[in-house]
Amino acid sequence: MDAKDILGLPKNALPIQEKKSKPPKETQRKPDGISREVYALTGGLAPLMPSVDVNQLKRKAQSENEKITWQWLPFTNSARKDNLQLYHWVRVVNGVPSTGDYSFAKYNKSVDVIKYTDEEYEKYLVDPAWTKEETDRLFDLCERFDLRFVVIADRFPSSKTVEELKNRFYSVSRAILIARAPSPGDVIVHPLVKEPYNVSQEIERKRALSMVLSHTKQQERRDVEVLAEAKRISEARKAAKAAEEPELPVMADTGHDVTDRAAVAAAAADSISPTPSTQFPSATTANPVSETASVVASLRMLQVYLRSYALEQMVQAASSSAGLRTIKRVEQTLQDLGVNLKPKVPTRAVCAEHLELRKEILTLLSLQKQLQYKEAEGSSYRDGSYAETPGTPPPKRLQRAADLDRTFTPDSLSFGGERVGKRDQKRKGPGRSEAPSSPAQSKRPRKYKASE
Amino acid sequence: MPQNQTHGADQPDIAGPTPKSQRTKMVKSSDDNENKILAKKLKDSEICVPIVYGNIAFWLGKKASEYQSHKWTVYVRSSTNEDLGVVIKRAVFQLHSSFNNPMRVVEGPPFELSESGWGEFEIVITLHFHGDVTEKPLHLYHRLKLYPEEESGSLSMKKPVVVESYDEIVLSEPSEGFLARVQNHPAIIMPRLPSSFALPPVPMEDINSGKRGDTKNHPLSQWFTNFSEADELLKLAAARQQVQAHIARLRRQLSLLDGQQQLKSASDM
Repeated sequence: MDAKDILGLPKNALPIQEKKSKPPKETQRKPDGISREVYALTGGLAPLMPSVDVNQLKRKAQSENEKITWQWLPFTNSARKDNLQLYHWVRVVNGVPSTGDYSFAKYNKSVDVIKYTDEEYEKYLVDPAWTKEETDRLFDLCERFDLRFVVIADRFPSSKTVEELKNRFYSVSRAILIARAPSPGDVIVHPLVKEPYNVSQEIERKRALSMVLSHTKQQERRDVEVLAEAKRISEARKAAKAAEEPELPVMADTGHDVTDRAAVAAAAADSISPTPSTQFPSATTANPVSETASVVASLRMLQVYLRSYALEQMVQAASSSAGLRTIKRVEQTLQDLGVNLKPKVPTRAVCAEHLELRKEILTLLSLQKQLQYKEAEGSSYRDGSYAETPGTPPPKRLQRAADLDRTFTPDSLSFGGERVGKRDQKRKGPGRSEAPSSPAQSKRPRKYKASE
Repeated sequence: MPQNQTHGADQPDIAGPTPKSQRTKMVKSSDDNENKILAKKLKDSEICVPIVYGNIAFWLGKKASEYQSHKWTVYVRSSTNEDLGVVIKRAVFQLHSSFNNPMRVVEGPPFELSESGWGEFEIVITLHFHGDVTEKPLHLYHRLKLYPEEESGSLSMKKPVVVESYDEIVLSEPSEGFLARVQNHPAIIMPRLPSSFALPPVPMEDINSGKRGDTKNHPLSQWFTNFSEADELLKLAAARQQVQAHIARLRRQLSLLDGQQQLKSASDM
């Protein structure tokens, strides 16, 4: 108070006035429909727009026509074989409980497993690898477990693989079907007869699937790259074939086959990464000749064109087998050498030299890669001492690429070991994962031990 | 590669037309013959016309207004300033849509267009060639540049902004008529013809008559860039040498490694 005197402010005049005005305002605006606390949640002010459309809300009035009660009533389940009676809450409308079967009874589906007689067994189903008891046991398990072969394989007394069990089951069913059918025509539409179970195919398919699943990121990337290049090459070939003159297709065809096979084989190869690199140099030697020939042919079709455009096309053709990374490295190398990416004076001679230079750089880069792979192989044999790395640019990339490469060889070797082990022994349940995740060499001996 | 020779005494039925048309053609056979010869294409050869295209822009300085700050000229010229009219029939410059009549046609050499404005945009230059050259037009793309590169660079009325690009028009499989017409023209780089090849003689036009189409004495010729391939060739040759040296070194290293690994695997066994 004294301070206010000193400052010369009026005593309590304005603040009190404001306080007085505020509370009346708030209480005045409170609506009747909702409680004070709830209203305060909105911040003390009504919303400008209703957030929920009033029409969307369920109307309570409807339920006022009928009388709904809930009763604790017994019920039976038609899916059960015993007559167990359980109790549950039932919604009763106007004194009438809802009728009908237990709502979940319809989900009790089962598989129709064929039952054969002993005579049928003697006549059609005798198999050297399977005794009658085993077959009977198999069918019994199939019925109990609804053809869930993984479980059946687990419970089966003697050790048989899932594929073998499936094979036996399906061939028996098929034989019975055919035997019981009044005429071959009736049964030929049955899926089992049309497409019988193929054991070897299934085994192969599952193996390939597990392999694809356990691909490391690098392998995936590589595959995608290779496939994209193969696609590009084959498309370029097709375009060139359409525009080409009769002399050239022969060369283009052979080039096409070589690159296709090389590209796809490299893509599908499950073994070590060096194979793509060793296949590429042989593929690229066949490539440039037919590639540039097809570009020349397409340029001829144009009749008139700019030399700079022609150079672009030739450069694209020459680097069609290279991935985006490689092309970037070529451009980086050109810059390092002080050469314009697009010549400022594109005369015939300059363009020719430029093209040759680019091709040589591509060769250089592929040689560098080869060298890295060779070193990686060498280092995995010799445990540590790396051969001298070439000092060509860029050194960082070399090391990184070398690191990636080193991870490939241990992976594939250990993976091979795992696979062999698995075939021999029976797997019990989920067990350990197959995918070799860590590239560290120290894990390799442990994995081999575990699989024995 | 097989080269086509001129057949002086060939009959008109080379291409094997139907007898009916042959009969009607018999009348003008000699004229047709000549035309056919001239229209025959020289396979696996190409004619090259080096050109330079670009723009020169002058800042108008005191006379500059908001919408007319620069006076610029966009053009296509021969790299040696020769007459391009012998090859190009007309050039069409497609300007920005804000210009009146944005499609400007220039019917003869020198193929240039002058305008005034304030903005930079892409100009599409379409070159239409004479009938005996090719029916297809060729497109060039040039971004009009008015302002100098360095932002701090003061706009000078005297020194223009010049942007030129060098390129070469390549005409593949030119017709013999065209070859004959331009065989000694300085704007053209002729293909290497086989020694036994003889072009039919065509009366040379009087050069001095009519308008001169070359740009040797062009008012802006002092700003033209002189493009020389020697520089680029040198750089490319040096680069190639370096790369080849690297390749040789890598190959040696690879073979060395191969040898070492073979020894190692042999000793392991």
